Amino acid sequence: MSTSPKTRDEATGPVVESGPEEGGTHHDHPGEAQYIKIALILAAITAVEVAFSYWEAVEGILAPALIAMSIVKFVMVVAFFMHLRFDSRLFRRLFIAGMGLALFCFTAVLTTFHVWTR
Amino acid sequence: MAIVTPQRPEALAPEQPLNTPVRFLRRPTGYTKGLWGWMTTVDHKKIGIMYSATAFIFFLIGGLEALLLRLQLGGPDNTFLRADTYNQVFTMHGTTMIFLVIMPLSAGLANYLLPIMIGARDVAFPRINAFGYWVFLAGGLFMYSSFFLGGAPNGGWFGYVPLTRNLPGHNIDYWVFGLQILGIASLTGAINLIVTVINMRAPGMSLMRMPIFVWMSLVAQFLLLFAIPVITVALFLLSFDRLFSTNFFNVAAGSDPLLWQHLFWMFGHPEVYILILPAMGIVSEVLPVFSRKPLFGYQVMVFSGIAIGFMGWGVWAHHMFATGLGPVAVSAFSASTMFIAVPTGVKIFNWISTLWKGKLTFPTPMLFAIGFVTMFTIGGLSGVTHGVVPADTQQTDTYYIVAHFHYVLFGGSMFGLFSGAYYWYPKFAGRMLDERLGKIHFWLMFIGFNMTFGPFHILGLQGMPRRVYTYPEGRGWDVWNLVSTIGSFVIALSILVFIINMWKNRKPQEVGDDPWDARTLEWTIPSPPPEYNFKEIPLVTSRDELWHRKYTEDEDGRSVRREVTLGQPHMAGTEVEPTGPEGSESPDHVQAPGDHADGGEENGEHEEHIHMPSPSYWPLVTAIGLPIVSYGMIYKTWAVAIMGGVWIFGSLYAWALEPATAPEDTPVHGPDTSGEDLEAVPA
Amino acid sequence: MSTTVTASSGSHTEIDPGHPPTSTGLTNEKVAMWSFLGSECLLFGALISTYLLFKGQSLPGTIQPVDVFDIPYTSVSSFVLLMSSLTMVLALAAIQRGDQRLTRVWLLTTALLGASFVAGQAYEFTVFVREGMNLRVNLFSSSFFVLTGFHGAHVTIGVLMLLSLYSLSMRGKLPPSKAETVELVGLYWHFVDVVWIVIFTLIYLIP
Repeated sequence: MSTSPKTRDEATGPVVESGPEEGGTHHDHPGEAQYIKIALILAAITAVEVAFSYWEAVEGILAPALIAMSIVKFVMVVAFFMHLRFDSRLFRRLFIAGMGLALFCFTAVLTTFHVWTR
Repeated sequence: MAIVTPQRPEALAPEQPLNTPVRFLRRPTGYTKGLWGWMTTVDHKKIGIMYSATAFIFFLIGGLEALLLRLQLGGPDNTFLRADTYNQVFTMHGTTMIFLVIMPLSAGLANYLLPIMIGARDVAFPRINAFGYWVFLAGGLFMYSSFFLGGAPNGGWFGYVPLTRNLPGHNIDYWVFGLQILGIASLTGAINLIVTVINMRAPGMSLMRMPIFVWMSLVAQFLLLFAIPVITVALFLLSFDRLFSTNFFNVAAGSDPLLWQHLFWMFGHPEVYILILPAMGIVSEVLPVFSRKPLFGYQVMVFSGIAIGFMGWGVWAHHMFATGLGPVAVSAFSASTMFIAVPTGVKIFNWISTLWKGKLTFPTPMLFAIGFVTMFTIGGLSGVTHGVVPADTQQTDTYYIVAHFHYVLFGGSMFGLFSGAYYWYPKFAGRMLDERLGKIHFWLMFIGFNMTFGPFHILGLQGMPRRVYTYPEGRGWDVWNLVSTIGSFVIALSILVFIINMWKNRKPQEVGDDPWDARTLEWTIPSPPPEYNFKEIPLVTSRDELWHRKYTEDEDGRSVRREVTLGQPHMAGTEVEPTGPEGSESPDHVQAPGDHADGGEENGEHEEHIHMPSPSYWPLVTAIGLPIVSYGMIYKTWAVAIMGGVWIFGSLYAWALEPATAPEDTPVHGPDTSGEDLEAVPA
Repeated sequence: MSTTVTASSGSHTEIDPGHPPTSTGLTNEKVAMWSFLGSECLLFGALISTYLLFKGQSLPGTIQPVDVFDIPYTSVSSFVLLMSSLTMVLALAAIQRGDQRLTRVWLLTTALLGASFVAGQAYEFTVFVREGMNLRVNLFSSSFFVLTGFHGAHVTIGVLMLLSLYSLSMRGKLPPSKAETVELVGLYWHFVDVVWIVIFTLIYLIP
């Protein structure tokens, strides 16, 4: 009785049953070796971040550099550990909606307080 | 096709061993009736009714508060209410109407209707749904207990600091913790309805075929999802300042009071769209039915609703134009405020176009819907004038603003909700409300409403400040204040008419499935509906599905009634033929959400038993923990607070380990609690 | 999802009555969890913004970050939390493969790493308090403790959920068909980790 699995975000047809999700239908799913590699990269970036915070030579670009590195870590955890890269687009939209709204609104608020220029 | 096997009622109650030690701890079943049945229900319809009934009682209380305010303001230098009493009454009036009336009425309607309108049997998480109601009730009662425990909240519904940081007593603490509790109800409800609409639509019910009320409620739920956390933080910061002397709003320590305003209005502005969108959805359902025409520009209506929700995040500082933000910020927010009038205006034109050249009739729901369109337009126009910064600098903190938001919230939301009440009352209650009394209600309310709030525009422009308990003689404000006060009693009279109408028609009637000759799926099932909603999950082939089942079009494009309504369960020859690429499966092969299908028979004669989720008392038990924690925190009795926390955690644990559908509950659905028996159906 | 392939029995498909088919093919629970995480962005956004607003604004002469922060110490606990995300994802992989023992190992490890993080924070807080920094001293102290306290509370709830999963697994109540429960707890856990990435950078590292 199982129909062919469809995982489109909007249903324009009859309700479908999905096939087994994990490990079955998608083949670019990271394996354990990949996860360990990602973790090592994350650890390395963290080490660099800490090192930067002590290194006077980069003081001028410290804030943007740290933010950039954090963004990389953030995206890696969300995309790979949280599987967002491989999952339905709906999840991505739900999360980005929240993130986007938060970034926009709070940047606006802090701007009205002139936080960036003080 | 789902066939619900009939049995005689006596045979259905499961055997209960007589030696069960503590009977009341047994999980209630689908047969549990009476008060305990209601207290443990997870049926979205019952929950919707409870939300609506409770909200209506709060409406009466909030209305009484309004009458008290109007009595005090009916004449100059009045001493009917002392200043501090006035502050409590006006704070609670606003807080009640927004959080305990409009939001739960909208939630109740959405709860009842959304699953049915999308062809589902219940919401995604029925027990969380019940939890939301009990938390709402707990929050409302908790907040009102303050009247007896030292005084009600008295810092305005908007709670500006540093005043609320420093006000002595526990009034503000009740406000803060009460709103936190209510926020939990709203947030869980939002997640529930979002998942329901995304995931539980009937076959063929694509997003762009959903009734527009579903769409507007969905947008409102997304707004709740993202806005509630912001006020949650604001309230935590305020409560920590009050309880633990943190410095978030401590000006002496270098804090800026505007932080509160930004956080509050970042929630507050999406909040007003939360208040209006469901009512707009109702109007978009009612106008087409009584114009006998589809909604004009459905897609545009959907997109404008989404646009309003989205843009609503970019306008919040228009509540702060007079706070010294500086010309750049103020101009930016002024522009965005102007822009948001566009999708709103589009909706108004679309409603008018829906009415245009329709075959109009004017029963009470239609009167209230048209009342919405006209009164909301007025409120919207005054809103646009607020967006002009120099004008707003004059208008802010005057009665002109009070006029605006009462026109959009009463003339808008409440009129819309009354329209929905009259429209859907036959479906929920299985009774028709009296038309004559309904019309009297409408006209009295319309006149009283305009008498009460129309003068506020004038008073505001004449300089009368808001949020003050009295005004001196000789300012020229006396006459209009008196008119307004009289108007408020006319409103009260109209509500009495409404109550009389409900009372007069309290006996069940035979209203049939579709008394209005309507367009959407809720009118395909009995009034009131059985617990499982649909005997068979419908197959949807178009927007306004029911209309297309009843009517086809002749060569001139006019609606012509079909001889036989398509898609009636168990009637041969009425199967709805799927059309187009979406309908690639015949009805027999369709698996319905919530149905437990057994085996793999492909023919149309296999039986499906309808599993409904089982009732549970854990939602109620868990909800009780929230006020316990709050009382403990307010009075700094940490033992009580900790006990409340343990209570909540323990209940959540027990809840999580309890299956959604109890294995002991019989798989065969018996007579529903409305007493309606199932017809015997040939296999 | 409504069908689950039991790993051991080849091509036999059984209907899971708890998971009827849905319009998107995704489970209700997963859609709910992602919606919830979206809303949590706003919660932490508000707390972080409050901290950033008050950054550098505390009255001079009162305690400042540079007086109390111990970057090496906090780096270690950040590393611990980061690694707990790895063990979390390994736990998920284990249960999907049907390896019950390894699932429990990784679940417990994740819980222990999370608990170490919280313990580390608690210790850090006691040190700060001893150095004269409590909730009410100034803007920095209030916003710091509330922000990191909220985060710590989230981690604690995560640890409790992980221990519950461990306990369920010990009692044989966490078969591979329930892998999604682990996945959902994992999503929550990774989110809490990701929030810490932001906090660590903005609060500790950027001067």
